[in-house]
Amino acid sequence: MDRNHLKRQVDFMKRSFLDQGYLDEQFIQLEELQDDDNPNFVEEIVTLFFNDSARLLQNIEQALVSGPIDFPSLDNYMHQFKGSSSSIGAKRVKNECTRFKEYCTAGNAEGCLRTFVQVKQEHAILKTKLETYFQLAKQAGPSGTSGGQIR
Amino acid sequence: MYGSNVSADGLQHVSTLNFGDPFRKHEMHCRFKQKPPWPWLAITTSIGILVIAYLVGYIFHATVNRIAKVEDDYNKMMELKKKAEAADVAKSQFLATVSHEIRTPMNGVLGMLHMLMDTDLDVTQQDYVRTAQGSGKALVSLINEVLDQAKIESGRLELDAVQFDLRAILDDVLSLFSGKSQEKGVELAVYISDRVPEMLIGDPGRFRQIITNLMGNSMKFTEKGHIFVTVHLVEEVIGSTEVETSSENTLSGFPVTDRCSSWKGFKAFSQEGSTFPLSPPSDSINLIVSVEDTGVGIPPEAQSRVFTPFMQVGPSISRIHGGTGIGLSISKCLVGLMNGEIGFVSIPKTGSTFTFTAVFTNGCSNPNEYKSHKINNQSNSASTEFQGMTALVVDPRPVRAKVSRYHIQRLGISVEVVSDLNQGWSNISSGNGAIDIVLVEQEVWDRDSHLSSLFINNFKKIDRRTPPKLFILANFISTSRTSATTSGDNTPSIIMKPLRSSMLAASLQRAMGVGSKGNARNRELPALRNLLLGRKILIIDDNNVNLKVAAGALKKYGAEVECADSGKKAVSLLKPPHCFDACFMDIQMPEMDGFEATKLIREMEKHGETSVEAYDNVSNWHVPILAMTADVIQATHEECLKCGMDGYVSKPFEAEQLYREVSRFFQSVPNGNL
Repeated sequence: MDRNHLKRQVDFMKRSFLDQGYLDEQFIQLEELQDDDNPNFVEEIVTLFFNDSARLLQNIEQALVSGPIDFPSLDNYMHQFKGSSSSIGAKRVKNECTRFKEYCTAGNAEGCLRTFVQVKQEHAILKTKLETYFQLAKQAGPSGTSGGQIR
Repeated sequence: MYGSNVSADGLQHVSTLNFGDPFRKHEMHCRFKQKPPWPWLAITTSIGILVIAYLVGYIFHATVNRIAKVEDDYNKMMELKKKAEAADVAKSQFLATVSHEIRTPMNGVLGMLHMLMDTDLDVTQQDYVRTAQGSGKALVSLINEVLDQAKIESGRLELDAVQFDLRAILDDVLSLFSGKSQEKGVELAVYISDRVPEMLIGDPGRFRQIITNLMGNSMKFTEKGHIFVTVHLVEEVIGSTEVETSSENTLSGFPVTDRCSSWKGFKAFSQEGSTFPLSPPSDSINLIVSVEDTGVGIPPEAQSRVFTPFMQVGPSISRIHGGTGIGLSISKCLVGLMNGEIGFVSIPKTGSTFTFTAVFTNGCSNPNEYKSHKINNQSNSASTEFQGMTALVVDPRPVRAKVSRYHIQRLGISVEVVSDLNQGWSNISSGNGAIDIVLVEQEVWDRDSHLSSLFINNFKKIDRRTPPKLFILANFISTSRTSATTSGDNTPSIIMKPLRSSMLAASLQRAMGVGSKGNARNRELPALRNLLLGRKILIIDDNNVNLKVAAGALKKYGAEVECADSGKKAVSLLKPPHCFDACFMDIQMPEMDGFEATKLIREMEKHGETSVEAYDNVSNWHVPILAMTADVIQATHEECLKCGMDGYVSKPFEAEQLYREVSRFFQSVPNGNL
């Protein structure tokens, strides 16, 4: 497959992520920050995010499962997670986090558990999608993503 | 007594008389004078007893026979029942086997074809692969249909009950068919009434199946005109007798069948109005869905067989259009399972309208709040930037304009409708309601190219900071669009129909949101660079990801960035003297949060020693500290000011806000270069 076709595919995939609400403008902004000095900026950030968030999610899971639920610390964890998600533009994940925090402040353990499942799900979905995306982008070549186009 | 008139039955009793005299031997002869009567009583009684005995015997005999027969039948039935059960078990096993055994290699084939598509193929090979894929997919859907039919017949089909969003489902179905409709030149539109709640509880997959089936049929048999799907509450529609058969009043201008006739036969509607509103419990939502098309219609002879499985209208249909003819019968069963009814009306050469009802439960926790829910949802979904905007739709057809209005309103934009460009222009220029977006139907635009170019020219002349954005709502990509009478900023962008809120939002965002953000960035970017070039900035955030993103953003503007991940480190780094020009501090951090850290830093600055030899004899240290916050609620201005912060920016950075805040402390670097 020639470069252009791949690049189109990459673009198309990204547009579909945006359309379906998996990512938002922040992701585009991240891509803008990518240039020849930082050729893999976005991928690095996303990898960092997933590593970090895996740890956070584990912590939250532990906190939810063991004994009486400590809502303030849960809130803290979720705040961190929500912050990271909005930094990379993971819209759906962020929305689920917001919902989780609402239940947390209301002290609703049921709701927290339920929403947490959603959070994990969205997180996993996004991870798979982004992995595919970056693989495709790598194939498309160094300037496969639109970083550096709008200046 | 004496005499000779005796009956001649020969009975005689002779008795000897003995007078005691040996010489007188007398005999007395006694004979019956009369015949003895029949002994009726005895006869009757004995006959009666005989008869009774006979009857009893007969009953006995018959009973025994019957019992024997029944036992016989019972034995036979038991055997047959066993056979039937065995057959049923065999059928289930068959279903399970077919499901798995046939689907697995089929999926394998399709999967491999998919992977084949991704390899290096020339055009011919790609074509072949695509054809194979098409056939494979058709086969899979055929298998699924047949299995569905079998499941329904054996009564094994069960409906889910989950929460789902009706509008999202219809958006999905729309996107399925949008490519095909654009290819064929058929206009596709979906309208859902505002009274239908946002969330429903029911089986979304099966509901989607029914709608896909109906729309697929319409798509198969329609070559021109439109396919119009509407969803209303039954209560809205039951009293209305509007007959929309006048040509001007339909979606595409082509005549349609009268949809009211398609539900005339519904049993639920035939009850007189007074009972109907009382019967459904307050939680249940009774929907009525219509799929109206302007296709070839169904010939009257075939209309009675429409819902019979495996019936097609004519033997040639399956050859031309494909399909097995099961779809409608499955749909009918599914509709039945949803406690609804399905019906249609069709006029050859005019079109058909299929209508069905279905009962769901309200998925919103508080039914009174669904309207506010809707507003919340509208503002959640990707479109907070559209809230409060006004749009103008130019469309002479009221039905089509209603659809456009519905989709635009879902984004939180209020809509005005006018029917031609002149009126539209007067609305815009009168300016009492600031119109942000103008959407013009392609038909109107193409009708008069002179008028449209005049329109564009007038747009350029609008004396406003942000002139309204112009869009054209187009049905199909026509190459004549390249007749660019104008070029530049105001060439109208094209939004393709069928309209879907998500796609609409994305197009609007791209044209307006990114455009305006891009403009701002293009304006601010050099300005921000001027402000931040060469400045040393400290970023404090305990979250690695945020740290990296913020650092990346600031580096882009030419700043020198240093990162730290705790309040404590911030305090130690910002102990005077230091050479930082500014600091961005996250608020919510463990151990020491942003407020605390800032307070400590300010204290240090007040009581800190100043060394004369460094840094311009500054006696008052005050490093600008800006809070980075994800929640606006969390960091109110007062709170920040109280502990000594100089402002706040949102996380992740927003260019305009960043510029605003930073420009308060930094003057532009005089030799700022781009």
